[in-house]
Amino acid sequence: MATTQAVHYRRVYVWQLPVRLYHWLNALCVAVLIVTGYLIGNPLAISYSSEAYQQYWFGTVRFAHFVTAFIFFFNFLVRTYWGFVGNEHSRWTNFIPLRKKQFDEIGNVLKVDILQAKAGDISSTGHNALAGFTYFLTCLAFAFQSCTGFALYSSMSESFLPRMFAWVVPLMGGDFAVRQWHHIAMWFFIVFTIVHVYLVFYHDYVEGRGTTSSMVGGWKFEREDEHK
Amino acid sequence: MSETKLSVWQAMQAKGYSRREFLRFCSFAAAAAGIHASGVTSVVHALEKKPRPPVVWLHFQECTCCSESFIRSSHPIVSDVIFDYLSLDYTETLQAAAGAQAEQCMHDTMKNYPGEYILLVEGSVPTNDGGIHCTIAGRTAEDILQEAAKDAAAVIAWGSCASNGCIQAANPNPTGATPIHEIISKPVIKVPGCPPIGDVMTAVVTHILVYGRMPELDGQGRPKEFYGRRVHDTCYRRPYYDAGLFVEAWDDEKARKGYCLYKMGCRGPVTYNACSVTRWNEGTSYPIQSGHGCIGCSENGFWDNGPFYQHLASFPGFGIETTADTVGTVVGLAATAGVAAHAISTNIRKKHLIDQQIEEANGDEKNAEGGKA
Repeated sequence: MATTQAVHYRRVYVWQLPVRLYHWLNALCVAVLIVTGYLIGNPLAISYSSEAYQQYWFGTVRFAHFVTAFIFFFNFLVRTYWGFVGNEHSRWTNFIPLRKKQFDEIGNVLKVDILQAKAGDISSTGHNALAGFTYFLTCLAFAFQSCTGFALYSSMSESFLPRMFAWVVPLMGGDFAVRQWHHIAMWFFIVFTIVHVYLVFYHDYVEGRGTTSSMVGGWKFEREDEHK
Repeated sequence: MSETKLSVWQAMQAKGYSRREFLRFCSFAAAAAGIHASGVTSVVHALEKKPRPPVVWLHFQECTCCSESFIRSSHPIVSDVIFDYLSLDYTETLQAAAGAQAEQCMHDTMKNYPGEYILLVEGSVPTNDGGIHCTIAGRTAEDILQEAAKDAAAVIAWGSCASNGCIQAANPNPTGATPIHEIISKPVIKVPGCPPIGDVMTAVVTHILVYGRMPELDGQGRPKEFYGRRVHDTCYRRPYYDAGLFVEAWDDEKARKGYCLYKMGCRGPVTYNACSVTRWNEGTSYPIQSGHGCIGCSENGFWDNGPFYQHLASFPGFGIETTADTVGTVVGLAATAGVAAHAISTNIRKKHLIDQQIEEANGDEKNAEGGKA
């Protein structure tokens, strides 16, 4: 009858509080930015008091987008900093595959994810190597969205931070192109969110190590017998 | 042709203008150039003392809409600009001379006033096939431009053709049309637009004449005075944008009420120009005031950013009117479908997996028992 497994798991504290805070604040920001950003690109045809002075909803949506963007940006900076001072699982080395072990694991994860092979070969306790690399690409997307977003914002701002990105506009050939790319990149975030949420559930299921709840409590589990 | 190099004031005196008329003209010129009232004296000073700068105006691959716009400048009246203000030594469209005489005028100016004449360029320069797509008097546009730019005091790119290539440079750009700043090594003042506003053109020239230097330029080489703000920022329909009141179709109630044209593809939010401030034809109107969205004619590559009536450009490779949103939706749906299929397949294997794990568990138990025994 034994549906329980007589395997011993060790509890490992993987995600420190700043990492978890970053994750959920980032998730919230990205969700708000996608919704408000999509609305800015395709405003709803909601009706209608008759004159402009009677409402300001589109301005409010844009304001929410800008405020959230600032939070998103600084949150991202804090996480980048944490990549140099945090624990071994949050270090920047997890995100850039430079060692053979990481490349091997990327192959294994692809086998598990795509060919649905048995999950025994994923040995990383924190991010697996493929996930880590994907988050690195995501960071590039964050940087890209920040650059293009602040560049678009720079012409209506005198403040220091957005002005630092004013050079992006001539580089990309004008606001139209910047806006277009900013918009295209939004779809990366949408597709990423779909795949990311699913894969968390999937790995939780096939690995059985508490992947989903780890981002809430910080603890993951590793099998005692496979510990190095 | 100005061989004695009179100042504007001297030239006006010779034509019988009074001092009062001259001062009024200076005030107009200052206002048009965006110079503060306290700066009018420097305008008077400049136009009194400084000799009128000789001007060479070259026409390459263009439609002459810039010239048409220029001669419709409202203040300072264009005849004043051309005949009193500048010494327009060479321009194919307006000069009386033709053939060898015209060539002579241009060469005299370049020879007699090196480092003094202003070079105005209208039109792009073709670079494909040795530049044969635009030749004047047997010489290629590039050749003429290089020669004229060499000793010019200032170079101004009139219009989008000279500034960014405009329609000639639109995909697939058969003639290799190139904006002039990519051809010559001198700094270029870009006055883009298809055409630029006539008053802006005269104001830029006024600025150079009065201050003897280039106006302050933005990151793309355009004078900040006129290209510092977006059409959107100064548009009288802007309150409708912030209120979220948009025209949804060309013939709807909202179009009649004059709501914001953002959803009709108006390029105002991404276009830097003075249209909504200066307006056109003596301040009469501008496209948005006439009920049509801005098409962004002063922005780089605006012909390739079409269609004009939607806000996102067509996504390359997916046919007309396929935008990033269409592609993104398809990719998003594909990702969702893939994830769903993956979940189904995972759950079909669920039983097998669990069985396997139970087996393993039992095996472990046996091993454990074996260990004990």
